[in-house]
Amino acid sequence: MLRLVARRLLQLIPTLLGLSVLLFLWLNRLPGGPASAILGERATEAEVARINRALGLDEPVWVQYGRFLKRIFQLDLGTSTQTGQPVWDEFTLRFPATVELSVAAILIAVVVGVPLGYFAARRRGSWLDVTAVSGSLLGICIPVFFLALLLKGLFAVNLGIFPSFGRLSTGIDATRVTGFAVLDGLLTGEFDASWDAITHLVLPAVALASIPLAVIVRMTRASVLEVLGEDYVRTAESKGLDKRVVRVRHVLRNALLPVITAVGLLTGSLLSGAVLTESVFSFGGIGSFIRTSIDARDYPVLVGFILFIALVYVLINLLVDVAYSLIDPRVRVH
Amino acid sequence: MRIFKSRAAGAVVTALAVALIATGCSSERDEKGGAADGAKDTFVFGGPGDPGSLDPALASDGETFRVTRQAFEALLAHESGGSELAPALAEKWSSDPSGKVWTFNLRKDVTFHDGEKFNAAAVCANYDHWFNWKGTYQSSAVSYYWQTIMGGFAKNEDPETPKANYKSCTATDDSTAVIEVNEPSANLPGGFSLQALAIHSPKALQEYAKQDATAKGDAITYPEYSQVAGTVAGTGPYKIAKWNKGNKEVTLERFDGYWGAKAKIKNLVFRTLDTEDGRRQALQAGDIDGYDLVAPADVKTLESAGFQVPTRDVFNIFYVGMSQEKNKALQKPEVRQAIAHAIDRENLVKTQLPEGGVAATQFMPDTVAGYSDAVQKYPFDTNKAKQLLGDADESGLKIEFCYPTEVTRPYMPAPQDMFELMKADLEKAGITVTPKPMKWAPDYLDATEAGSCALHMLGWTGDFNDGYNFIGTWFAEYDKQWGFKDKNVFAALKAASTETDATKRVELYKKANETVMAYLPGVPISSSPPAIAFADDVNPPKVSPLTQENFAEVSFK
Repeated sequence: MLRLVARRLLQLIPTLLGLSVLLFLWLNRLPGGPASAILGERATEAEVARINRALGLDEPVWVQYGRFLKRIFQLDLGTSTQTGQPVWDEFTLRFPATVELSVAAILIAVVVGVPLGYFAARRRGSWLDVTAVSGSLLGICIPVFFLALLLKGLFAVNLGIFPSFGRLSTGIDATRVTGFAVLDGLLTGEFDASWDAITHLVLPAVALASIPLAVIVRMTRASVLEVLGEDYVRTAESKGLDKRVVRVRHVLRNALLPVITAVGLLTGSLLSGAVLTESVFSFGGIGSFIRTSIDARDYPVLVGFILFIALVYVLINLLVDVAYSLIDPRVRVH
Repeated sequence: MRIFKSRAAGAVVTALAVALIATGCSSERDEKGGAADGAKDTFVFGGPGDPGSLDPALASDGETFRVTRQAFEALLAHESGGSELAPALAEKWSSDPSGKVWTFNLRKDVTFHDGEKFNAAAVCANYDHWFNWKGTYQSSAVSYYWQTIMGGFAKNEDPETPKANYKSCTATDDSTAVIEVNEPSANLPGGFSLQALAIHSPKALQEYAKQDATAKGDAITYPEYSQVAGTVAGTGPYKIAKWNKGNKEVTLERFDGYWGAKAKIKNLVFRTLDTEDGRRQALQAGDIDGYDLVAPADVKTLESAGFQVPTRDVFNIFYVGMSQEKNKALQKPEVRQAIAHAIDRENLVKTQLPEGGVAATQFMPDTVAGYSDAVQKYPFDTNKAKQLLGDADESGLKIEFCYPTEVTRPYMPAPQDMFELMKADLEKAGITVTPKPMKWAPDYLDATEAGSCALHMLGWTGDFNDGYNFIGTWFAEYDKQWGFKDKNVFAALKAASTETDATKRVELYKKANETVMAYLPGVPISSSPPAIAFADDVNPPKVSPLTQENFAEVSFK
């Protein structure tokens, strides 16, 4: 197991290096630079040139890349050209919000999706099954962005049940311990802040959960159906084993293997899905920051964030593999 | 085992979700800002972007100034709701006949938020602080407005930094400050009203000086004091109490030691809502009490739902730029005139601008001193346009027209729709238009600034009421955006910029406007009144043509 982890971690280095080169070249091919984004409508040519010089953007790409790489080794991601603050600070400020949102979304997807998929399979053809299958089709078809707008319009603007934007209400500020608002409120005893953070999470998390939920329902259903038809299930049942034991140990445990892989990959993709959802709800995570960084050609932020997301992706994959081998001993044998 | 664990977790989450819905999720907004007597004491305003810094001297963007304006005051200000210069920290001001020596009689009994006393020495400490900036502070990304108004620094580190125009500041007595410049400038006295030249507590300045802004590799890092409330201290009706960046929220508290009329509401909060729809919906949901940059299409909807949507007086100009350098046809005056005649400005104003919008005849709105009634006009006339194109031997003219996407500006509420109308007009006159949509920043701004778009649309909202702030910005010298070198135009503006007598200067601006419009470097299209929205229970501040609202005037009904 340790070997597997070590090997995968080593594989990270060339992956990230390659990605950083591609990113750098790609960003340099984009028209425009940060100077006019900083200066706005009245920028003159001389001012743009001066800012480019101050920011080191007048040097060849490879010099800029070399400097960037050197800083990465010193664990310095550079400074955001939009905010004038270190990328790392911007990152630690915003990343918890996105993680909180993604975790909430995946929790909703798993907690609702797995039982729904399981019971849809067990009662194949029933109204529950039909609803689950068609509902999940709808979930995949509706763009997250549109659903987010719909939920916001109905539950925040018209009914006023949930707040329409932000991570916390005006004036509420949990003492920062971990950066995760819900958790910080619980840790510091400021339960109001936790509750407030949860109310702000509901709508964006539900919107963000729509696709993973649909995928999980369909995968669980298909997987359970497949396992139900296996010989060992029939054997176990015919042996007279407790039905509950058969369902949990034999059916669900085996059926969940592909679902776990999917959950891992879906979690990674949620980070990118968060860009739109966070924008709709002005959620203050990395998603909306990446969007404004693209507008402002904030290269250090884009390179740093995208590399980090890549890192998270790879690590999630690793976790999935580990989880997989824990559940299915056969994987460890190979 | 794992499965049971996730079931347990699921049960907890489901229970939470059920509880949330069962309690009707009594959101904070019901009791938001509730004071002991039940009156609301917190006003929340939604802006489109975060401020960049809490020290306005380091900034050049409206979102920063909107916040800092409530906490920092400059020597001069503008009358509430207008564009005329008015006393602020200086009760009176005057210049000598040379226009180089400016004397300010300062207000007495003014205290900074940190308890320091305001006096002439404090004024000079500020001006000298900016004048002596070094290193990264000399980058125009940091000190844009200082450089625009006062030129360079005591010791310029970059040969391209403009020559310093600031000479000295002397505190002749406790309440008289004398600021001297090397050359008279059209930017004065208007520049003394800018938020970027607002006066800070000398004690705070000493703290600022300890924290350098550093250029590190590929960006400028703003000093820490400008990012955290605590050190910054001005004299305004509010003091900056907190900047919660994670929640995109700046909180200001009423300053009880304020010299003037005290703010009516205790807490003022600015929250960032990136999208237009987001801001409107937050107001409709009751989560904010007001917001800026209202889409013209939303004005009617909001008004009919009972919201207040006052519009500001026009103080901006929207124009079609013509870049001559890379387009030979545009170098012919007849072609430029044909384009001007081809565009139906009145129709644009009627169909695209909010109520109060006006068609433009020159590169400044009629509210600016220097507006001339005698400029050459180019009324909508398709036949005349066709004839002019024929005269120039350009009847089959094909031209590229750039326009920005995904953006609205106060002067340009719906760029794409405005482009479509102008394209149709031009095509009626026989001009084939190749549309070139581009992303606003930095693509579009870069392309227009480099003069690589034959036709493009842009605009500008003024900083203060002086003609130079409009036409001087564009036509005082050769600029790639326009790509022309016309001695008459440059000379007309040069003369106006150094004239010290205000009355004579206004006359010179009128002449300059006439020269510019006779030459016709581009087509001024319209001026639009930007709207701002408030909830029905708010007594809004007087709206300002310069978008300089004073939130101390706000109260709840």
